[in-house]
Amino acid sequence: MSAIDIRKVIQEELNNIAPEADIASVDPVADLREAIDIDSMDFLNFIIAIHRRLGVDIPEIDYPKLGTLNGAFAYIDAKLEAQAR
Amino acid sequence: MVDFLMPSLGADMEAGTLVEWLVKPGDWIKRGDVVAVVETQKGAIEIETFQAGQVEKILIGLNSKVPVGTPLAQIRTEAAAVAPPPVPPVAPPVRPVVPPTVVVPPVSPPAPPRPPLAVAKASPAARRLAQERGIDLSMIRGSGPEGAITYADVEQWPGVAAAVPPGVPAEKKRAIGLDLDAMRVAIAAAMARSKREIPHYYLEHRIDVTACEQWLAQRNETRPPESRLLMATLTIKAVALAVHRFPAFNGFYRDSKFEPSKAVHVGTAIAIRGGGLAAPALHDTDQLPLDELMGRMRDLIQRTRTGRIRSSEISDSTITVSSLGERGVEALYGVIYPPQVAIVGFGKVVTRPWVVDGAIGPRSVVAITLSADHRVSDGHAGALFLAEIGKLLTEPGKL
Repeated sequence: MSAIDIRKVIQEELNNIAPEADIASVDPVADLREAIDIDSMDFLNFIIAIHRRLGVDIPEIDYPKLGTLNGAFAYIDAKLEAQAR
Repeated sequence: MVDFLMPSLGADMEAGTLVEWLVKPGDWIKRGDVVAVVETQKGAIEIETFQAGQVEKILIGLNSKVPVGTPLAQIRTEAAAVAPPPVPPVAPPVRPVVPPTVVVPPVSPPAPPRPPLAVAKASPAARRLAQERGIDLSMIRGSGPEGAITYADVEQWPGVAAAVPPGVPAEKKRAIGLDLDAMRVAIAAAMARSKREIPHYYLEHRIDVTACEQWLAQRNETRPPESRLLMATLTIKAVALAVHRFPAFNGFYRDSKFEPSKAVHVGTAIAIRGGGLAAPALHDTDQLPLDELMGRMRDLIQRTRTGRIRSSEISDSTITVSSLGERGVEALYGVIYPPQVAIVGFGKVVTRPWVVDGAIGPRSVVAITLSADHRVSDGHAGALFLAEIGKLLTEPGKL
């Protein structure tokens, strides 16, 4: 899966949670929870959606690594890469 | 035959607009089925029936605004439709002659009821969106409970994104049925009434929830994301169990007296994006195992945020819980939602120096607050109630 596709999936799923937010304009290093105002249930739904769509399992202990757009992308990209090998 | 009425969904509601019928004459319905969708100040509410039977006649058409109490449809109750009529004990007194066809039940029992609402494998909001966008629902595989098609399923249906013209303001994408201005009016009315009528008293208690965090981490570690629990699942369950010993915080204050409730339906304060708040009920919270409670919470939060609360969820809450989650401040003092008599608040979990077994160490601490009705209880009982919640949270495995 290309980098662009992964970013697109992340963006779509965040948009499902925060329909009014313009994810494209969110600072990629800003704290996501603050930037688009999501709570723990929203975040869990995001993790569930990523798991469903990309088959990436994200253990709870890794949640902090997905705290920003860049962090989420890097984490998922690395996981997909590891799974492909 | 009984009338299905426009329900009152809160003291401030005078009228509602019927926006969708989910049944048609001849359909069989059972208690709890969603039969119609009504637009109110609180958003679009799915109205359930308390009567089982067969829909005889629809009385009110779509998009009609009618006062509370107006008959919307006629339902032939199960007894009248299936069983023979009761034999009059004595010769009835003089009565107007009724054409026999009206009282005689069908000679042969009606066909076995088909699964009610077989057509309703999609939520009303999903159906409306599909209609608006001209999507055939049978094309979509639902991701909701029992394969039901959700609003998100329709929204994500390929081709839909392209159908929304670029540059449509974000506001336009908000779920149908959520009018935040109207919701603000409803909140204002309920809260003003609460502050006018209910003599609140307030208590705060700080508890160590490290055990809960450890238990959750261990339990969630080996589970896929959809089976994981949140801290709120534990705190809501603890409140539901605590009222068993402290019934003075669970029920309604009506007609100058307190009516305790046997059932425990915890109203869960849910923030709505863009600035709104609703506290729909989690029915029989005290009876639900944690996994099921979590599933219900996720479903309820999603439906509330997309404007699909059910009528019973609006009116049934017997006590409310408001949790601030991971962000925000350390304590909140809620305003009681009338006619309830208590609201329990959970602040965000913070790491604080704490003394355990004579030694200071970092622990996860949360402030629990209680706002309760002085017409029903006193601070002494309130303090014991909060302590009980704290005690239950020291043993999360038993919740």
